[in-house]
Order: sequence, then C-alpha cells, then structure tokens
Amino acid sequence: MSLAQRRGLVALAAGLLFGLGLALAGMTDPRKVLGFLSFGAGWDPSLAFVMAGAIGVNAAVARVALKRSKPRFDSQFHLSPLRAVTPRLVLGAALFGVGWGLAGYCPGPALASLATGHPAVLGFVAAMLSGWHLTRALEAFAVDATPAEVVAPSASKP
Amino acid sequence: MSIPIEWLRALSGGVLIGTSAALLLALNGRIAGVSGIVGEATAAPVAAASAWRWLFLLGLALGGGLSMRLLPGAFHAPPMGALGVPGVLIAGALVGAGTRLGNGCTSGHGVCGISRGSLRSIAATLTFIATGALTVLATRGLR
Repeated sequence: MSLAQRRGLVALAAGLLFGLGLALAGMTDPRKVLGFLSFGAGWDPSLAFVMAGAIGVNAAVARVALKRSKPRFDSQFHLSPLRAVTPRLVLGAALFGVGWGLAGYCPGPALASLATGHPAVLGFVAAMLSGWHLTRALEAFAVDATPAEVVAPSASKP
Repeated sequence: MSIPIEWLRALSGGVLIGTSAALLLALNGRIAGVSGIVGEATAAPVAAASAWRWLFLLGLALGGGLSMRLLPGAFHAPPMGALGVPGVLIAGALVGAGTRLGNGCTSGHGVCGISRGSLRSIAATLTFIATGALTVLATRGLR
C-alpha cells in the first residue's frame, strides 16, 4: 500500500472515531452544548469532560510524536506557523462563539449530524460553508489586514 | 457520591476524539481541525491534496450515521424557539465566517491547539466560550 493510501485510511478511521466520540459524548445534542454555555444553576459540565478526555490523550501522544522529525506516513508535520494573538484571531473566535451560542452546533457535531437529514442541520451546514467561503473570498481584498494569516505560509515544525 | 453516567460518556467520547486527533497527528502530521478540513476540502474538491480531507469527512459522516443506530437519542435538532429558521442560518454563517477568520473551531483550537500549548488556541478558546455564553444569556428568553 502506498503512503498516500495509508494516509487516506488513517484519515477515514480518524473521521469515524471523531464522529463516534462526538455522539457518545452527547455533543450531537445542541441542548447539551447550550447547557454548558449556560453558566449558573443547572450548568451542564459535559463539554468540559469531553475536552479533558480529548486534550489528555492528544497532548500525551503529541508530546512524543512531535519529538520525531516527521510523522509516520508523511515527510513533514503540517502545523500552523502562526504564533501571535491578533485582533483577527480574537474577532473570528468571537463571531464563531456567537454562532455556536445561537444554535449549539460547532462544525464537527453539525457534520456528524448530517445523517439525521434534519432540515436545521442541512441549513446550518450550508450557511456555515457559505460564511467560510465568502470570508475567504473577501480576504483577497483585505490587503491592510494581517497578511500572514490571510495567506498562511507552508507549515513547518515549530 | 456517584458520578453521573453522562459525565462518564462525555469523558469517554472525549478520549475517542483525542485518539482520532492523535492518530492524525502522529501518522499523517495533520491537525484534526474540522472547520479547516471541510473548508479546504470544498475549496479544492478535486485536488489530490484534498483526498485525505474528504476521507476524514466521510468517516465523520459515517461515524454520525453509525451512532444514530448505536446511540438513538444522542442526536437532537437545535432548540431555536422564536429564533427559528433565520436563527439557524445566521448561526451557521457566523460559525463559518468566524472559524475562517479565527483559523479554527472547537476541534482545531480547543482540542488540538491547546494540546500543543498554543497561546493562540488558548486565547481563541477562551474567547469563543465567552461570546457563546453571552449569546446564550442574551437569547435565554427567546427559546
């Protein structure tokens, strides 16, 4: 099997695990996500447990994996070279948070819920892709913004 | 004192998500950031470089479909109330625009970035949790 085929199998398996994990964790129910974002009486801490489990495993593996010069099936790591906390990053995260708090979906759970065929899921995903691509198209005009983030340079190992 | 089963499910689901991200990083050298994966895949749908992204998305959709059989009840439509259809579409557009501008979402920043100790990801995660909580507070009477 070629390296590209191995990478494809890994990606398919990773996507499958990701989808199963989201559903098992209850993150495909927007009411639980909104319950986490609703601090105060009746707060649902589930999302914090999801992040703790995910970060725990991933951080432990990343510590070892990133000490190597390259991943198992590729010639380099493809990591973001960006380091600075910029107004663009904070504005983007803030807008994302508002959308997340409105519907209780972030991209992963919305895509994992496509199989339900529910019109709200289909509408959310269509609007999400439109918003992403419209923003990408507008970046071409944003010459005064932060060019490093507009055109991300080829990734390298930090 | 017993630990609620929902918390254990959340932790176990998180472990599966972390395993997925760890496999993608250690074997393929890639970040399991869903907003970037779906955005880049649809930006260049036929490029060979996008093949792994489409396979990840296929896996994600299949994982969701399989879960519908194994875990009926794990899925629910967004409780929009008076926010209705416009609310869903505005929410989706904000999630798309925001994750493009901010270079990531809950998975890319919240799981992968924080795992690597990225200051950008920590700042992004604190920001979207804060504005998400404020939004829930502001729309409380509408649901």
